[in-house]
Amino acid sequence: MTMRNSAGEIAQRSRDIIRDRKHLEGPMLPILHALQAKFGYIPDIVKPVIADELNLSRAEVHGVVTFYPEFREHPGGRHVLKICRAEACQSVGCDNLADRVRQLLGIDFHQTTPDGAVMLEPVYCLGLCACGPAAMLDGEVYGRVDEHCLSEIVGRLGR
Amino acid sequence: MTVTIFVPRDAASLALGAEKVAAAITSEIAARSIDARIVRNGSRGMFWLEPLVEVRTDHGRVAYGPVKASDIKDLFDAGFLSGKAHPLCLGLTKEIPFLRQQTRLTFSRCGVTDPLSLDDYRHYQGLKGLEQAIAMPRAEIVAQVTESGLRGRGGAGFPTGIKWKTVMEAVAPQKYIVCNADEGDSATFADRMIMEGDPFVLIEGMVIAGFATGATRGYIYTRSEYPHAIATMGQAIGIARAAGILGPSVLGSDHAFDIEIRAGAGAYVCGEETALLNSLEGKRGIVRAKPPLPALQGFLGRPTVVNNVISLASIPVIMHRGAAFYRDFGMGRSRGTIPIQIAGNVKYGGLFETAFGLSLGEIVDHIGGGTATGRPVKAVQVGGPLGAYFPRALFDTPFDYEAFAAKDGLIGHAGITVFDDTVDMLKQARFAMEFCAIESCGKCTPCRIGSTRGVETVDRIGRGIEPDKNKVLLADLCNTMKFGSLCALGGFTPYPVMSAMTHFPEDFSPVPLAEAAE
Repeated sequence: MTMRNSAGEIAQRSRDIIRDRKHLEGPMLPILHALQAKFGYIPDIVKPVIADELNLSRAEVHGVVTFYPEFREHPGGRHVLKICRAEACQSVGCDNLADRVRQLLGIDFHQTTPDGAVMLEPVYCLGLCACGPAAMLDGEVYGRVDEHCLSEIVGRLGR
Repeated sequence: MTVTIFVPRDAASLALGAEKVAAAITSEIAARSIDARIVRNGSRGMFWLEPLVEVRTDHGRVAYGPVKASDIKDLFDAGFLSGKAHPLCLGLTKEIPFLRQQTRLTFSRCGVTDPLSLDDYRHYQGLKGLEQAIAMPRAEIVAQVTESGLRGRGGAGFPTGIKWKTVMEAVAPQKYIVCNADEGDSATFADRMIMEGDPFVLIEGMVIAGFATGATRGYIYTRSEYPHAIATMGQAIGIARAAGILGPSVLGSDHAFDIEIRAGAGAYVCGEETALLNSLEGKRGIVRAKPPLPALQGFLGRPTVVNNVISLASIPVIMHRGAAFYRDFGMGRSRGTIPIQIAGNVKYGGLFETAFGLSLGEIVDHIGGGTATGRPVKAVQVGGPLGAYFPRALFDTPFDYEAFAAKDGLIGHAGITVFDDTVDMLKQARFAMEFCAIESCGKCTPCRIGSTRGVETVDRIGRGIEPDKNKVLLADLCNTMKFGSLCALGGFTPYPVMSAMTHFPEDFSPVPLAEAAE
């Protein structure tokens, strides 16, 4: 994707996305999901645009964006690796797996590798609780993840 | 004759390699020029056997599993297309003990049909409930639901019929049906399995709810962590709309009903109904004080039914078979069936739908087969992150709303996480507080501040700092959270904490300071 994200361009693109959805009942989350899908994050400069289109204050928009863990305020990595850290996965050793993935990537949770390739996020349940430990890479799911599987996933990240 | 092969498309099956298995079967069919087709069904819910491949034979469907892509050549050579023997062969699917022992009412089609085939849906009794409901007056539908004894399967256990009655009687220009599909509890995946494996049943349930209450619009609020469910549910809504099941004239009647699917954004608290409504409206997912009840002032301030996926998906069978049929299953005030989700460190993990009343021990030891590691079961957490930890001594507790409440626990959304004897219960208590601190919406103080203080207090006990005093303090804090929090997040976090401390005191014993200094 070659996109020159000049401020004006981002504002214009966001306005189109917002206008396509503002007729919905409760349009905010669908708009934010669409913006994040487009830009990879919610750029600061789109907040006033949303506020203007939805007749809200900028503070209200900022409040919503920052409430939800899924919405990022900064560009993330090219890939997002989520490791489930909830109870069912704990019972089958996800804490050790979490340590291992931190080692393999050299970063902690909520961080992105310096080359921008991978962002590591904890997730509290992927609904794969009878085949944990579970992980998700860019929307693709993995069950019964062991060290071998983890190395394979990390190896495929094209870093 | 064309042979039909079933390869599940459920997210758990995909997580275990179903896509590769399907690809391998496709190329094997091509290479051998066989007349066969692959149906991507939902999961039967036996995850230790996934990917579970089935073949339709003259005697019924024959199952093979767990199948790896590398097994496919061998399976074809062994003649699996005609159900022949193979080390992976499990015999007739319906005779597998884990399935045979179940009473599948809500999940009757899940894993059986192609989730996006309306023909399949109709063939297996789909739309029968809706057809009955169309001909009934509103009050009679609501009466049927009330008489069935159905209670909210999301965890609160509130009688569904009473909620519907409130919305039915409310006067407003617009009413809503909101399906709570924000299934965030660890150990639960029943909602996900329905949305991926039998989405039409949820649509049918919502349409009936709309008829009964006079609501013409529905929303399914689900999780961004469930991309496969969102995709399947979205497709199913499109198919239902094209077939006239949704739209301005449902099945040619003068009822209108339509559904939209919405995704959350990673906030656990949005599974709480009022936080969910705020989120759906596009606000921060902050819990609302009740009253006003969502049934009177819900989505956009209008009368709204908020029901869990499983509650709504149980409606069609109740309407089709009658309230008495459904009510005859179960015990006490817990009527009908409940999809128990057996998860964590367990040998036979999966979804087991059965009438209320099985004992916890039967579920964990006999159906679940004990731990996957083969070590003794030390504790099971019932009801997700806000549910209590049960020791073996309480395994005689029957699976029933009231029986669990009497033991200071809850059945919640019916997820069970099994832990072996390596689990440290102090660590689990700490996690419960930590989870509450991470996920608290911040509206009320006991939850927002209490959870953080809870983590610190558990840590002090763990380090052996005035343990007796801190245990009393922790119990007192739990009491404050339980009675002072606005919703179940802060109010129920004490369940895992207190149960861990009460039933596993050895894990809360002081450790020598020298050891703890590390």
